[in-house]
Amino acid sequence: MRRHLLSSADLTRDDALLVLDTTAEMRALADRPIKKSPALRGRTVVNLFFEDSTRTRISFEAAAKRLSADVINFAAKGSSLSKGESLKDTALTLEAMGADAVVIRHGASGAPHRLANSGWVNSSVVNAGDGTHEHPTQALLDAFTIRRHLGDIDGRRVAIVGDVLHSRVARSNALLLSTLGAEVTLVAPPTLLPVGVESWPVATSYDLDATLPKSDVVMMLRVQRERMNLSGGGFFPSAREYSRRYGLDARRMAQMPDDALVMHPGPMIRGMEISADVADSDRSVIVEQVTNGVAVRMAVLYLLLSGSSTATQETPQLATDHPETDPAEADA
Amino acid sequence: MSPAQEASPSSAQPPSSTPPGAERTVLDASDISRALTRISHEILERNKGADDLLLLGIPTRGVALAQRVAARLNSAEGVQVPVGSLDTTMYRDDLRLRPARALEHTEIPEPGVDGKTVVLVDDVLFSGRTIRAALDALNDVGRPHAVRLATLVDRGHRELPIRADFVGKNLPTSMTEKVRVLLEEHDGRDCVVIAEISQPTAGTAR
Amino acid sequence: MTTYLIRQADLLGGAPTDLLVRDGVIADIGDIGSSAGAEELDATDLVALPGLVDLHTHLREPGREDAETVLTGTQAAARGGFTAVHAMANTDPVADTAGVVEQVWRLGREGGYCDVQPVGAVTVGLSGQQLAELGAMADSAAGVRVFSDDGRCVSDAVLMRRALEYVKAFDGVVAQHAQEPRLTEDAQMNEGELSGVLGLRGWPAVAEEAVIARDCLLAAHVGSRLHICHVSTAGSVEIVRWAKGRGCNVTAEVTPHHLLLTDELATTYDPVYKVNPPLRTRADVEALREGLADGTIDCVATDHAPHPSEDKACEWSAAAFGMVGLETALSVVQQTMVDTGLLDWAGVADRFSRRPAEIGRLGSQGRGLQIGAPANIVLIDPAARRPVDPGDTASLSRNTPFEGLELPGRVVHTFLRGVPTVADGKLQ
Repeated sequence: MRRHLLSSADLTRDDALLVLDTTAEMRALADRPIKKSPALRGRTVVNLFFEDSTRTRISFEAAAKRLSADVINFAAKGSSLSKGESLKDTALTLEAMGADAVVIRHGASGAPHRLANSGWVNSSVVNAGDGTHEHPTQALLDAFTIRRHLGDIDGRRVAIVGDVLHSRVARSNALLLSTLGAEVTLVAPPTLLPVGVESWPVATSYDLDATLPKSDVVMMLRVQRERMNLSGGGFFPSAREYSRRYGLDARRMAQMPDDALVMHPGPMIRGMEISADVADSDRSVIVEQVTNGVAVRMAVLYLLLSGSSTATQETPQLATDHPETDPAEADA
Repeated sequence: MSPAQEASPSSAQPPSSTPPGAERTVLDASDISRALTRISHEILERNKGADDLLLLGIPTRGVALAQRVAARLNSAEGVQVPVGSLDTTMYRDDLRLRPARALEHTEIPEPGVDGKTVVLVDDVLFSGRTIRAALDALNDVGRPHAVRLATLVDRGHRELPIRADFVGKNLPTSMTEKVRVLLEEHDGRDCVVIAEISQPTAGTAR
Repeated sequence: MTTYLIRQADLLGGAPTDLLVRDGVIADIGDIGSSAGAEELDATDLVALPGLVDLHTHLREPGREDAETVLTGTQAAARGGFTAVHAMANTDPVADTAGVVEQVWRLGREGGYCDVQPVGAVTVGLSGQQLAELGAMADSAAGVRVFSDDGRCVSDAVLMRRALEYVKAFDGVVAQHAQEPRLTEDAQMNEGELSGVLGLRGWPAVAEEAVIARDCLLAAHVGSRLHICHVSTAGSVEIVRWAKGRGCNVTAEVTPHHLLLTDELATTYDPVYKVNPPLRTRADVEALREGLADGTIDCVATDHAPHPSEDKACEWSAAAFGMVGLETALSVVQQTMVDTGLLDWAGVADRFSRRPAEIGRLGSQGRGLQIGAPANIVLIDPAARRPVDPGDTASLSRNTPFEGLELPGRVVHTFLRGVPTVADGKLQ
């Protein structure tokens, strides 16, 4: 992991495991009377949210505060049509404010990359979701949740079901889970799988019923109705048909192996991609995903910001050596 | 042994008795075992028994040592003293000086530290900064009745007003020397070695 | 008017020859003795080409003078070795009346750096609903012969048919920007492996190819000329080749950037690489080069599209489409076609001067380096190499995709009807 977290593709297997291991320690903080650590004292984290997302923003805010960082929330209204003044000028303002990290959610794919590579800011950039591209911390919290319940991710069979074409969660998870050794299958109608998906490190299927019995984890994606309405370009004939063919209801859930998990990045459309009784069942870890989100984001912010992170350092290597292997550290 | 990062050009250091690069063993396995036994008895003596004791090892090797002390307390007193670990990484005063460090595992055993006599266990006491960090970390976990420090080796050169309550071996060293504790659980054998390094470790003592 | 005696230029890359330029024409070619009163120009090791003609340029005036004006655009053109450019109609107001095209034509003449041949819109306001007054534009002082809604596609089949038929009356040609609108709504980059990975909406090749196929068949059916703007895919090249093989009177152009760059550049998310039609794959680049070499693609046209920096210094999906290209065009053609052995300098003269002038029906341009032809000449130093500097330009805009690339060739002199517009690499 370099100075930024822009994409799951940035994480090697070791990087990903480091984040997950760090998350486990961060999660333990939540059980203490004082849920804070001083690790990011004096650092400033800016939440730059161009898209409404109370849930994710609060999660990042909580994460930063629990590490004693200062948090500034910047809710910029910028549609995908607005001009560059929004992004560039906002970035310059943040730089002037001395932000150490910018957590950015934006409706345009690639906006975090522009921020990180344009030279407008010196801070670390964390992608909190960009357009239809990626949402790396979501994938990390999903991986953490799976690991917590099922142990090692190696060899686990994960089905990601729904609007893959428009889903940044699907992209990030497909990449990250494959990196961690899972066997990922994307399940969707043909219209919702991107051109070129054959080159991804995943399998694909149009048949949910055939995939469920062979899945240890079933991750349901929100069907993004607002993206469907480009004139005439309906991706499926009706909500009813979608639900019938790709919705996870109790009958389908019964086809899953006993210990299999049901996940969803939220927010859910009950009755569309997932029925209410499935969402509320024992197999569903949907609520826990949210809790784990704070711990994961604490881990990411810690790893990006706790160490020396001056702009002169090109690619800071994480000091993964433990004190005893680093002679300068051996003595307390 | 890799040399330390920063040179301290003019600190007058006492001459060491080891030639550069060579290693000498100052404690062997049986020395370590006797030291731990003595420490365990001292703990019981000071505490007048095993009541309300709780051991927290400081990762990495402090944890194995804490386990061993707990085992000795159990055979001496027949009591299973709770034992766990306390990672100090996030409380270090030098976080910003190096790239981000991986966290170690913290395990606070039931029933928690409130009201307990917590004995921190570490392998080497040097500048005292790790213990300072451990005290801050412990403060966020709860409020012990008292905190004591047991260390296998005290090599001097304190940079903070910290002292150990129970010491396995006092080992005067020079700043050009490096002390390493090797344990069966991590390194396959038990011993404490001192080596000469090419440059003094000023500023990096932990 | 000064008489110039150009000494020992490699004529079309061939043997060193002298050229005498007098009274706006090429008065003599060959081994010329001295000429009284002539200014001598040492052109040793410089390649002499006829002045380049661009069939596709955006000068932005009227309406977007913050990005470019006719003056700055033609200055950039001169620096690039051009003696004529066709100014596309998507200005504000749109060039869909005699009044606007005459204004642009006049501005070009006043500037004097380059002939400006306005292109007329096919439909009123480029809205694709109703034919513009093509006849009026043809009869105007601007003498419009090329009509295009470039920027938009004339997608309505009936409207395209009518336009193709109508322009026959004045030997006009419709230049189609081939892009099926329904298949490319909000499209951002080439549809392929990368677009799926990058989360950018794809612009599939079929949206271009299907329109080209339809229009070639239409043109053949009604017996019209047809020109295809900025061909960008291997499939499009194949379709044009097939259509020509059947006797269809279709011509095609390719941009320099499509001869060199691929969609891989989109992984940077830097919108300087965002263009319409988008950068495609390596295979497409190869097919375009072969098509240009074998003449399936008739000419190179820059599609010079200046944009102010705020339209590119933003996230990809908010950025404008387009790249500037007048000043780098010849260098890119040299790198991709001449230095690779696909085309010689005579071929460049054909694809970058003769053919575009012919398609545009420009009488005074593209006549080659012949005795008696107007003295539209460019002298280049093919051995020069320089990294592209976006700031080193006469254009008002800096959106070049070639920044930092080292490209060969340098325009040393440009003559427009015997008058130097660029001398020693400097604008006059």
